[in-house]
Amino acid sequence: MNQGTQQIQQAPAVALDLDAVFRDSDVAEVLERLDNELIGLAPVKGRIRDICALLLVDTLRRQAGLNTGAPSLHMNFTGNPGTGKTTVAMRMAEILHRLGYVRKGHMIAVTRDDLVGQYIGHTAPKTREVLKRAMGGVLFIDEAYYLYRPENERDYGQEAIEILLQEMENHRDDLVVIFAGYRDRMDRFFGSNPGLSSRIAHHIDFPDYTQTELLAIAHLMLDQMQYALGADAEATLRDYIDKRRHQAHFANARSIRNALDRARLRQASRLFAQRGGAPLTRTDLMTIESTDILASRVFAAADTHCAISDPSVVPRAGTQP
Amino acid sequence: MRLTQGAFSFLPDLTDAQISSQLDYCLQQGWSVSIEYTDDPHPRNTYWEMFGIPMFDLKDAAGILREVEACRRTFPEHYIKVNAFDATRGIESLRLSFIVGRPSEEPGFGLQREEGRGRQVRYTLRSYAAERPEGQRYGEK
Repeated sequence: MNQGTQQIQQAPAVALDLDAVFRDSDVAEVLERLDNELIGLAPVKGRIRDICALLLVDTLRRQAGLNTGAPSLHMNFTGNPGTGKTTVAMRMAEILHRLGYVRKGHMIAVTRDDLVGQYIGHTAPKTREVLKRAMGGVLFIDEAYYLYRPENERDYGQEAIEILLQEMENHRDDLVVIFAGYRDRMDRFFGSNPGLSSRIAHHIDFPDYTQTELLAIAHLMLDQMQYALGADAEATLRDYIDKRRHQAHFANARSIRNALDRARLRQASRLFAQRGGAPLTRTDLMTIESTDILASRVFAAADTHCAISDPSVVPRAGTQP
Repeated sequence: MRLTQGAFSFLPDLTDAQISSQLDYCLQQGWSVSIEYTDDPHPRNTYWEMFGIPMFDLKDAAGILREVEACRRTFPEHYIKVNAFDATRGIESLRLSFIVGRPSEEPGFGLQREEGRGRQVRYTLRSYAAERPEGQRYGEK
């Protein structure tokens, strides 16, 4: 106690430079990339900034000889499909590594299959094996609500949850666990496992993207794929997004990616059909025209006022209710 | 008599932090680590018992260290070693092996001489501890 007060009194003597710590951690670069490459997601980014600030201040507190308990950084990401939960989790591993919170900064993504065994006594070693692999990094459990199946009381999922709980509590400095899933199902999952919910410090909700954000995402994707939109394709794309958003099985950024992939297919067919004519230029190869987007079934469905889902948007097995 | 087998065995026992950094090096090289134990430490006994299966795809030594601790708890009076296996084509063998746990008392080995034909002498080693049945060596009941 006495020693503690002494250290607090000494503290101002040490130069505490938050700027220097921030610069040394290279976290600025990751945060900047987060801002540039992830559109929207304001609450998520805000929370990540908070965590960064806390860890940086903790570094300073350590330098000043103050007590720093390792904060609990287990997280829960909820949101609709395609809102960027996995992408953010991957970034999170990198950020936590740069801040020195996890030692290795790798991410292990698992689902129920990887944790739950098939017969009695199979689950515990399987879960422990996964946890061992995730040590020093981030364990990302996608669609975590499948771990708990209330309709089957002999389900081994409960055992996996108990082991996870134990490890999350005892080896806080060895790994960070991130749960992810759709909002309502995760709420039900935590409702039936209250111990789990209280051990997760950060419940972060991923909002759906707005029309403008989706358009920005489409532009970012096109940039990355080295494509550009033709003269009036921009307006068509906006129209497309507007229509697609109100149809079934809309999966935010994932739907946009699928739409762009199909537009690329149509562009390729269009160019192929034109062969024998003028030689193609570099611009031709890069440009997606309005017609490439207009040919989409989304427009046909919207025109006939029946919201048939786009059959080419095949939901991932088990992801859709 | 202190058993000297494997790497670092002429040094004082490694601390957990030192073991951890050795294991980190192994993982960096992409070797897979396994844990073995025995109570028959004859130099020619190359096949010790495996403690769990070899650990593949690990990134951090913390997981291995916990297994080592589990093994020490289960076999407090046995020899425990850690092996690092390099699966690179053309090597496919152990790269590093060192002892991470040993019994509190090590009675050591006796040298036996056998006189053969033409007064030729043959030597062999015999572990004092191995005279008792397996599981009762090194003061275990």
